[in-house]
Amino acid sequence: MDRRSILKITGTLSAAAAATLAFPRVVFAAYNQKAFKNPKVEDSLNELFGGNASTPSGDIKLKAPDIAENGAVVPIEISTSMKVDKIAFMVKENPNPLAIVADIPAGTQAMVKTRVRMGKTTQVTAVVSSDGKLYTASKEVKVTIGGCGG
Amino acid sequence: MSSIRIKAKERNGSVDVKTLMKHNMETGLRKKKDGSKIPEHWITDVTAESGGKVVFAAAFNTSISKDPYLAFKFAGKKGDSLTISWRDNLGKTDSAETIVK
Repeated sequence: MDRRSILKITGTLSAAAAATLAFPRVVFAAYNQKAFKNPKVEDSLNELFGGNASTPSGDIKLKAPDIAENGAVVPIEISTSMKVDKIAFMVKENPNPLAIVADIPAGTQAMVKTRVRMGKTTQVTAVVSSDGKLYTASKEVKVTIGGCGG
Repeated sequence: MSSIRIKAKERNGSVDVKTLMKHNMETGLRKKKDGSKIPEHWITDVTAESGGKVVFAAAFNTSISKDPYLAFKFAGKKGDSLTISWRDNLGKTDSAETIVK
């Protein structure tokens, strides 16, 4: 074996070692930039679930205030008795409607609670995917002071 | 100190998790006094792991409020460990661990 090929082999080996070390300890899912940075509700849903046909469902509980005094902090809660794998939340007239997507693995309850920003009075929608189908629940929230910059 | 505060409590085989992360969540729409935009800086992903398994994961947009609050429930028991980590769009990460009470 000549010097050149030995160098080559060591090079490959160290590159492989570096790749293993650089691998993060926690594995994050790939961030879906296209779904999040999208001004249209339908397009975000397409990016996220590969389709946007959805049915309104009474089995989804969407808790949000009727009137939000401060648009910067609007508490929301989504829960359902259905078996779901993803829960998404949209604020229709925000610059980018999609606010959060939660992955629900088996064993975890279909429930998520957080606080979102709202630019103005608009409709908010919870979207859940169950068995490859999308179900929604919507509500109108009045906003006194908007929370999206200015 | 970690930027994450976690409360996890078991009730009837299900663990109630409440967490607060300290983060500016800059939307990229706010302007400084001189009219220039403040660049966006927000948490993109949050992952919760217990016993080597992901029990909850979420992706955020800039429309999640400053210092994000997140609550969820998973099947677990008292004494389980729970690790919550976040990552932001600039590649920064942080994580915190707690024991379920």
